[in-house]
Amino acid sequence: MKHLSTKVTSNAHGQDSSYFLGWEEYEKNPYDEIKNPNGIIQMGLAENQLCFDLIETWLAKNPDAAGLKKDGHSIFKELALFQDYHGLPEFKKALAEFMEEIRGNRVTFDPRKIVLAAGSTSANETLMFCLAEPGDAFLLPTPYYPGFDRDLKWRTGAEIVPIHCSSSNGFQITESALQQAYQQAQKLDLKVKGVLVTNPSNPLGTMLTRKELNLLVDFITSKNIHLISDEIYSGTVFGFEHFVSVMDVLKDKKLENSEVSKRVHVVYSLSKDLGLPGFRVGAIYSNDEMVVSAATKMSSFGLVSSQTQYLLSALLSDKKFTSTYLDENQKRLKIRQKQLVSGLEAAGVTCLKSNAGLFCWVDMRHLLDTNTFEAELELWKKIVYEVKLNISPGSSCHCTEPGWFRVCFANMSEDTLDLAMERLKEYVESTDSRRVISKSSHERIKSLRKRTVSNWVFRVSWTDRVPDER
Amino acid sequence: MSTDKNLLSKLAAGDKHGEDSPYFDGWKAYDNNPFHPTHNPQGVIQMGLAENQLCSDLIKEWIKANPHASICTADGVDSFSDIAVFQDYHGLKQFRQAIAAFMGRARGGRASFEAERVVMSGGATGANETLMFCLADPGDAFLIPTPYYAAFDRDLRWRTGVKIIPVECNSSNNFQVTKQALESTYLKFQETGIKIKGLILANPSNPLGTTLDRETLETIVSFINDKQIHLVCDEIYAATAFAEPRFTSVAEIIRDMDHVNRDLIHIVYSLSKDMGLPGFRVGVVYSYNDAVVSCARRMSSFGLVSSQTQSFLAAMLSDQRFVDSFLVEVSKRVAKRHRMFTEGLKEMGISCLRSNAGLFVLMDLRQMLKDQTFESEMALWRVIINKVKINVSPGSSFHCSEPGWFRVCFANMDEDTLRIGLERIKDFVLGERDNKNCNNKKENKKRKSFQKNLKLSFSSMMYDEHVRSPRLMSPHSPLLRT
Repeated sequence: MKHLSTKVTSNAHGQDSSYFLGWEEYEKNPYDEIKNPNGIIQMGLAENQLCFDLIETWLAKNPDAAGLKKDGHSIFKELALFQDYHGLPEFKKALAEFMEEIRGNRVTFDPRKIVLAAGSTSANETLMFCLAEPGDAFLLPTPYYPGFDRDLKWRTGAEIVPIHCSSSNGFQITESALQQAYQQAQKLDLKVKGVLVTNPSNPLGTMLTRKELNLLVDFITSKNIHLISDEIYSGTVFGFEHFVSVMDVLKDKKLENSEVSKRVHVVYSLSKDLGLPGFRVGAIYSNDEMVVSAATKMSSFGLVSSQTQYLLSALLSDKKFTSTYLDENQKRLKIRQKQLVSGLEAAGVTCLKSNAGLFCWVDMRHLLDTNTFEAELELWKKIVYEVKLNISPGSSCHCTEPGWFRVCFANMSEDTLDLAMERLKEYVESTDSRRVISKSSHERIKSLRKRTVSNWVFRVSWTDRVPDER
Repeated sequence: MSTDKNLLSKLAAGDKHGEDSPYFDGWKAYDNNPFHPTHNPQGVIQMGLAENQLCSDLIKEWIKANPHASICTADGVDSFSDIAVFQDYHGLKQFRQAIAAFMGRARGGRASFEAERVVMSGGATGANETLMFCLADPGDAFLIPTPYYAAFDRDLRWRTGVKIIPVECNSSNNFQVTKQALESTYLKFQETGIKIKGLILANPSNPLGTTLDRETLETIVSFINDKQIHLVCDEIYAATAFAEPRFTSVAEIIRDMDHVNRDLIHIVYSLSKDMGLPGFRVGVVYSYNDAVVSCARRMSSFGLVSSQTQSFLAAMLSDQRFVDSFLVEVSKRVAKRHRMFTEGLKEMGISCLRSNAGLFVLMDLRQMLKDQTFESEMALWRVIINKVKINVSPGSSFHCSEPGWFRVCFANMDEDTLRIGLERIKDFVLGERDNKNCNNKKENKKRKSFQKNLKLSFSSMMYDEHVRSPRLMSPHSPLLRT
C-alpha cells in the first residue's frame, strides 16, 4: 500500500459511508415481482424510468439516427474517428436548444460555451479543477447529493463547507446561513472560491426560489467568487411554477454580460431528464472563455462517445419529440410523485412539499426513538432490513437534522411503488402500536442532542458494488 | 473584459496543458487548408494523425450483419432501457468479458486477461491519467524513455501534479532503452530527492513504431522489480504489429518471471488504434494490483464508456470469428501500407527507423538539416508544412534527443492520398538535392519557387520570432492521440 498514492489509501472517495450499505443489501436481495417478491425494493436510486417508451418509439421512426446513417449513407467511419474535444457541433447545438426549451426559451445558450463531459460527475469535477486549488473551498447548502464528496473533493483536493439549512423554513438558503458558512471557512483557514447549488435540489426535490437565487447572485458578487448551478433536474419540474434558472435571474437583473456572469456556471446532464445515465452525457456551460477553454482540454479525460453524440443530436434536434417528451415527462412525474405522497400520507408520513426531482424528502422524525442521528440510522436499518425498502438517510446527505429520508419514485413500476407504500404502512402501524411516544407527526423529542454526522458513518467492508447514481 | 486569472485555478489559467507549443502549427496549417482530392488538391495532407482508417469496412459489414448489436434498431431496441440506465462503474459484464478476450486475441492468445481486472476509462488518455492518480502523489515522478508520445506531458502531469523524468535513448541502437540508461537516470534523479514512483512506456512505441523484444522487456521488468517501482505499459498499438520481433506483452513476461511483484504491473489499453474507434472512447486500465483496480474503478466514474458503446462492442468483440479475422486483416493492411510508404521513401533515398508496428514511421531527415540542431529541425519542419504541404510531427515534439527525425503517419488516408504525399516528398527531396548540387557546382538550373525559398528559409525562418510565439489552438484538438 505504501507504493500507492494517498488517493488510493484514503477514503475521500466517500464510498465507505453508510449510504452504500443499503445498496449492498439491495444487491444481495433485490425485489422482483415474480422471482423475489419479498426482496428489497430499491427506492434509493434517482433514475427516471418513466418515459423510455417515448424514446423507443422515436427510434423506431428514425432508422437513420439509429443506424448511424445520414441521408441514408453510413457515417459510421466518420463517427468512429471523431474524437474532437469540441464535440459534435450538431450535438452541442441541439443540447443548447434543449436547455433553452426547458427554460421556456426565456434565456439563450450559446453552443460555443458548452463543454461536454462524461456525465455531470465529470463536469463537476472538471469545474473544480478549473476554479479551485487544492485546499480551496466551495460552500454547499445541506442537505446535498452524497456523491459531491467524491466528485468535488477526491482528486481535486478541494474542500466543501456546508451552508446549514433547516426544516424551519423548508430548507431554504438564508443570508445568515451563507454568511455563517463563509465565516466558518475562514475560521478553518480555507479560501472560499464559490458556492455550488443543485437546482432543482437533490435530495429536496424543490426549486430554489427567486429570492434565494437573487441572494446567491448578490452574495457571489460581493465576495467576488463563483456560483455553480447544477441544473441536472431542470427538466423534471412538474409543478405549476416553471423552473427558474440562475440564468433567468442574471437576465432579469440585467447582468447577462457582466463580470458576475462570467463567474456563474451551469452544469447539465441527460441522466435525469431523459433517463439516460448509461450514456454519460454531461455538460458545463460557462460565460468565461478561459474556463471553457481549460474545461474543453480537460474533457479529453472523459469525452462523450461519438456514437452517443450522434444519436442524441438527432433525437434532440427533433423539436416535436422534445416538446412532447418534456410535456409527458412532467405529467408522468407529477402523477408518480402524487402516488408516493398519498401512499406516505396513508402511513401517517409527510414530506417536504416539492414539485421537481425524482424523489421526495420524507419526514420520519416522528418515527425516531430519539432526535439523534444514531436513531436515524437505527430507523434506516429497520427500513432496509425489515420493511425491505432501500431509501437514503438524511445523514448521508449531510442534513443537520435527523429523521429525514430521500425516497425515489421514478425508478420502478406503479405496482411496485404501491407495494412499497403498503409495506411502509404496515410497518408504521405495527410500530405505532408499540410506541410510547405521541403519535403526532410533528411532535419532536425535547432533548435535542446534536451529533455530527461523522460519528455515525460506519465503515463496512465495502465490496465495490456501487452504481454511480444520484 | 479579460478574466481575472486569480479567480481561476492555476490549472485553468496556466499553460501546462501543453497545447500552446509550436507543435500545433502543423495542425493549424492543415485545418486552414485541408487536402481534398477533388475540392482542394493543393491542400495540406494530414500525416500527423495516428489514426487507423484501414479496417472500418470490416466493422461496417459486421454492423450490417448484426442489427441486434445496436440498441437503437428494431432488433436491439428491447434492450434500450436496460442499457440506457446502466451506469454501474464495473461496466457491463459482457463488455468486460469481451474486452478481456479481445486483449488476449490481440496478443495472439499468448496471454490471457481476467474480466474482473478490466476497468473502464475515457480512452487511454483517461486510463493513463487515472493510473497516475492511483500510483503517485503530486510531486512524485515517473520515468519515461524518449522519444515519447507528445500528449503524455498533459495526460500524466497536468491535473495530477506528477513529474516526468525522460530516460534518453538515441539512434545509435535504434532508440532502444538500455539498462544503463535506466539505472543512471534513476540514480541521478533519486539523488535530487525526488520520489520516483515508476516507469511508463508505450509498447509498441509511439513514435518509434517498434516493439520491445523479449530480452529488453525482461530487463525493464527486472529493473522496476529491483527498485520496487511501478511499471505502466501502454499497449494501445498491440494489434498493429506486423513483423518480427512479434509483439510481446508485459502480461506474457510476468507470467514467466515468478519472482516479480505483480502489484507493480499495470497495462493501459484502448480500441482507438487497433480497431480504429477513437471516437467511441474505449480505454482500459488493467492492473495486477487489487487496490489499484479498486481505486481506478471508482475513478472510472469520471470517464465511463457509454453503455450504448459498451453494449455494441460486447456483441462485436464476443464474435470470435470476426475478431480473429479482423486482427489478421489489421496486421496485413498495416504491413502493406508500411511497405508502400517505406519503399517509396527508400526510392528517394530517405530512410526510416526500422519498425514493425504502429501507424507511422520515424523518417530520418538528419541529412537535410542545415545543422544538427532543433532550430534547424523546426525550420525544416515549417518548410515541410508550408511548402511541401504535408503535416508531419517533428521529433522534438516527442522529446527526441536528436534532431532530424520526423514521425509520419500512413494509415489515416486512402492509398491515392498516400501516393500524392510520397510524390510531394519526392519533389521536395529531389529539389533539395538539386539545390545542393546547384550550389556546389554553381549551375544555373531552373528551380521551382519553393526550392529558392528553401535555401532562404533556413536563414530567414529559423529565427523568426513570429513563428515561435504560441498559436491559437487548432479546433481539431491534436492532443488527442496523434
